Amino acid sequence: MTTRRQVLKGMGLGAAAVSAPIAGTAEAAPSEAIGSSWTRIEGKDKLRGRARYTADIPVEGMAHGALVTSTITRGLISGIDASATLASPGVIGVLDHRNAPRLNPQAGSPFFGPDGQFLLLQNDVIEHGGWPVALVVAETPEQARAGAERLRVSYVEQPHDIGFSAGHPLLRPALPSFGPDANKGDLDAELAQSAVTVDERYFTPPESACAMEPHAATVWLENGKIRAYDTNQAPFGVAQVLSVLFDKPLTDVRVEAEQLGGGFGGKTGVGPQLILATMAAMIFSRPVRVALTREEVFLTTSARAATEQRVRLGVDRDGRLRAIGHEAAFELSVKAEYIENCVEVAKVLYAADAIRTRINVVPLHILPPNSLRAPGTAPGSFALESAMDELAERLRIDPLDLRRRNEPEVGPVSGHPFTSRNFLRCVEEGARRFGWAGRDHRPRQRREGHLLIGTGMAGTSFLTTAFPSSATITAEPDGTFTVAIAAMDIGTGARTALTAISADVLRVDRSRIRLRIGDSALGPAWGAGGSLGTTSWSWAISSAAEELLTKLESKPSLPVSVTSDTTNEIFSLPPRERHAYSAIFAEVAVDPATGEVRVRRLVGRFAVGRVVNPLMVRSQLVGGMIMGLSMALHEQVVRDEVTGRQVNADFAGYHFAANADVPFIDADVVADYEPDNPLGLKGPGEIGTVAVAAAVANAVWHATGKRQRRLPITLDRVIEG
Amino acid sequence: MKEFAYQRATAVHDALESVAENNTKFLAGGTNLVDLMKRGVETPARLIDVRALPLNGISEARNGDLVIGATTTNSETAAHPEIRRRYPALSQAVLAGASGQLRNMATTAGNLLQRTRCAYFADLASACNKRVPGSGCAAVEGEHHNHAILGTSPSCVATNPSDMAVAMMLFDAVVRYETLTGKGEIPIARFFRPVGDTPNVETTLPTGALITSVTLPRRAEGRRSRYRKVRERASYAFANVSVAADLTVRLGKVREVRIALGGVASHPWRARIAEERLLGGPATPERFRAAAEAELAAATPLPHNGYKVPLARNLVQAVLTDLTRQE
Amino acid sequence: MTDATRSEISLKVNGKTHRLNVDNRRSLLDALREDTKHAGPKKGCDFGQCGACTVLLDGKRVVSCLTLAVAADGSQVTTVEGLAADDDLRPVQEAFLRLDGFQCGFCTPGQLCSAVGVLAEHRAGWPSAVTSDVSPDHRCRLDAEEVRERMSGNLCRCGAYPSIVRAVLDAAEREEVKR
Repeated sequence: MTTRRQVLKGMGLGAAAVSAPIAGTAEAAPSEAIGSSWTRIEGKDKLRGRARYTADIPVEGMAHGALVTSTITRGLISGIDASATLASPGVIGVLDHRNAPRLNPQAGSPFFGPDGQFLLLQNDVIEHGGWPVALVVAETPEQARAGAERLRVSYVEQPHDIGFSAGHPLLRPALPSFGPDANKGDLDAELAQSAVTVDERYFTPPESACAMEPHAATVWLENGKIRAYDTNQAPFGVAQVLSVLFDKPLTDVRVEAEQLGGGFGGKTGVGPQLILATMAAMIFSRPVRVALTREEVFLTTSARAATEQRVRLGVDRDGRLRAIGHEAAFELSVKAEYIENCVEVAKVLYAADAIRTRINVVPLHILPPNSLRAPGTAPGSFALESAMDELAERLRIDPLDLRRRNEPEVGPVSGHPFTSRNFLRCVEEGARRFGWAGRDHRPRQRREGHLLIGTGMAGTSFLTTAFPSSATITAEPDGTFTVAIAAMDIGTGARTALTAISADVLRVDRSRIRLRIGDSALGPAWGAGGSLGTTSWSWAISSAAEELLTKLESKPSLPVSVTSDTTNEIFSLPPRERHAYSAIFAEVAVDPATGEVRVRRLVGRFAVGRVVNPLMVRSQLVGGMIMGLSMALHEQVVRDEVTGRQVNADFAGYHFAANADVPFIDADVVADYEPDNPLGLKGPGEIGTVAVAAAVANAVWHATGKRQRRLPITLDRVIEG
Repeated sequence: MKEFAYQRATAVHDALESVAENNTKFLAGGTNLVDLMKRGVETPARLIDVRALPLNGISEARNGDLVIGATTTNSETAAHPEIRRRYPALSQAVLAGASGQLRNMATTAGNLLQRTRCAYFADLASACNKRVPGSGCAAVEGEHHNHAILGTSPSCVATNPSDMAVAMMLFDAVVRYETLTGKGEIPIARFFRPVGDTPNVETTLPTGALITSVTLPRRAEGRRSRYRKVRERASYAFANVSVAADLTVRLGKVREVRIALGGVASHPWRARIAEERLLGGPATPERFRAAAEAELAAATPLPHNGYKVPLARNLVQAVLTDLTRQE
Repeated sequence: MTDATRSEISLKVNGKTHRLNVDNRRSLLDALREDTKHAGPKKGCDFGQCGACTVLLDGKRVVSCLTLAVAADGSQVTTVEGLAADDDLRPVQEAFLRLDGFQCGFCTPGQLCSAVGVLAEHRAGWPSAVTSDVSPDHRCRLDAEEVRERMSGNLCRCGAYPSIVRAVLDAAEREEVKR
């Protein structure tokens, strides 16, 4: 490892590309494309308004569907009067639980099992506010919407429970799909023997992904086969679930998209738009587009779960951690399992004699929570890294020293070796760049006029691996290569990155690469999620390329195709600790008279493996950090306690950072390489979002002397009398 | 949205005749009306577009008053040299509202008449006395983090979202209108009605009237005034609390002072109690704070918006102190 | 639906006149997207809260989702498709490309139209909410803080803001040089 690190030293963003040995091949590949800051392949199309997103693509004879959503949170539909709707101009028909196609209740996720959120219009039961109760289909979008407004739905209300807390009587353990609880050592004994301890609770609210493109699907039937344009992050996975839902063979379902207007987890799986459009296309024998309104995106897709987390830390006088206890509870719906894995970082980031994690759920009558950029780690690191800052405060030491003293040799819980661990390098380089040295660690020491100034830091690990995928590469007679994989470019730059990767692994200029993505028919592939899109897809591409290059040595007649499948390679990886790392440094200005908090500076250093495209990786890191800033200061789904419904289901009520909230941001990588990935890659997609909230909260404490253990840090929580 | 007819008015009298018909509304910038029509809160059968009427532009009257035409866009108002020179707090207030795009659309009259942004008002499934008189107020028991603390009634705790109107309240603007029976004017202090038990009736504008202009009383050049808005993000958000103030200090004493608050009541709130307390007294931060406290003594915060009391107090103090520094 | 609820309108979009018969409910955004086939402007919220639908209406940036198509009758509209001639990029578009002022690209058509509006508004001497002195005698310089405020009506969830600010400043500088 040391040698490789030295070889890669200086491979910062903007530095020249470095040739790195590719695991599994005897020779080093030329690496001209990987590491180059090419602008986006589809960039000009996006800048000219020519890039086509799902709702931009017309389908001949298309009708439009508009949702009707439940105005109650729990109860039964007692009647639906469609007479006014059916008399409304242009209305083709109404779909509700009485006439909708039956769906297979087994459809779900490999991690969480059957998913009741898919089972739309199957019965009269309402278990959360905003649940779709009907779809009105009409000739134009205005007619569909007007028809939907005229539908009279009556309900019998039942009492609901949306009151999340870790003390809720229904609290129970989460599914163990993401690994067992940590039970290293004796937490209570170590805490009892610790010189200094922290025992605090941290709270994060439900949050919404808010991709700028609302979910939309256009579905039509072609010889009994389902064809769809849909906004999702994983066309193959979505087609698979859709085929189960509608009891069709997978070959009878094809899901495509050209461009995706952001996902951030909110488009991970099958959305209501696709299920409803498919049903409508079947019932009305017409192509049907269902484009969710912004309010419907909030009410019917998914949100990050609210969490309540207790963190207990115990430390010797010299700053060596004896105990890490991280117990997280999060809200769940009654419809589907999910895991907001808040405790991931506590199992990885610091050495300690005892480490104990618990993760519990409270099922409530709420929109089913699901992934949102950096699920688990974003809220989890807020708790853990705020607690670490409190510990440094009580120890009266530099928060950096606390990190330096607790760097583990091996996985603190697993005992497995790390493949590449560059956490402290992120901390040191970030600190240097930020100008951390010389900081007065006492709070409330810096003033500029009426403003209080503070700085704070936090860091994280972020699990990296790859998921099985397949790619097909065809050597064409004209000397080009067609690379086909069911990947999605959700704004990450996947098209550009995979083209560069293909060029390098095929050892040709990128002008000879024709990349096809965004189509479930291209074969099994992981989606754009978990920061594992590029790691997974590039593996399949390099695997196919390797085999194709061998095949081409015998000069066969063209075209020649090779399809890879990385399942065996990936599942035979030895158990090791594979993670990306970051350190975030923030400076805030607080007006104590008004409670206004402004982030003035943000520095992030990241160990995210080899960098495929420095320009785009930086954009992703910066964008991730902005989402973290936004999580720190702005974001929360607000539900009315009386009605149980979300009150702020629009962008005027659900705030995320606007341009004026965001300073210039210094994000860069440190030299890093993942030896268990053929190209040395880790994922940069989500890690930017992690640790920012804690860094900002710690900075607000440093400015004001008041701890912020609840997000978002709105002005009412900061204002001083 | 319900179907509706559309007409573009070319003469004020025609517009007034048209609007007298049942369920007809004037349309100007549309930034609020079209929004509410999409939500089903407004369901006009006919829209009369008034933007082609000769009600556009800003001019100085013979007596030195400044007259802002009803259909003048917010952008034009904020950028107008005379507004910036003589009524800087109005320019600042308008610029603090909405976004550049929306300010290019929104008009003076439309801004004055804009409805509350209370989420329950915009949601047909919720109880709201402003939307459906007698249906109740969901905000009192529900989400009211950004609701009113002054002049509320049990029937409604919504705030007026306008920034522009706060500054107009500061400058004692006069709203001029026409009806089929003639012309009229209403000082802005009497334009907005107290909530009482009829939150659905928001202004004293006669039924069927068309606002034709807003007049700003004559004011010397170079007089300082200031608008400061505190909100949950740095831009493009409605106010939690805003303050418009105008202060003249001579020999350390307050000679003239006007203070208006936004985000605290169903209408822009002129802080007359605070003004009276300050007049003639020393211009010190302590006095500013005490005066604001006197104004806010009548505040009736709810469980989740109590922060607005210290926020309004601190903001009044900060803005007035700032104005003394500029003197 | 009676005839009174539809209207004959004429829109000049990117220099080309379109005569349309529209439902009065149709927003300018939907008219552009569905009737004149300009899918560049995007529907991000449909309530004027995100800016993705921003176009230039008679030269001014507006949100087309809250503009009724019928109320825009007789107007000139410039969408993102019309910001530059066929295969060209306008300086601000080129700066967005070079500086990566976008990721998913969904908000980009609105950002670009807004940026063009911002540059024109600044040239006209319009102040903003962060202009320290709004007096007409004070000439405000377009710096990062000004661009951030003026571009805040265009939300971007990918977080391309810093690059957008750089791109707008870059374009402003080049325009300045050109003039």
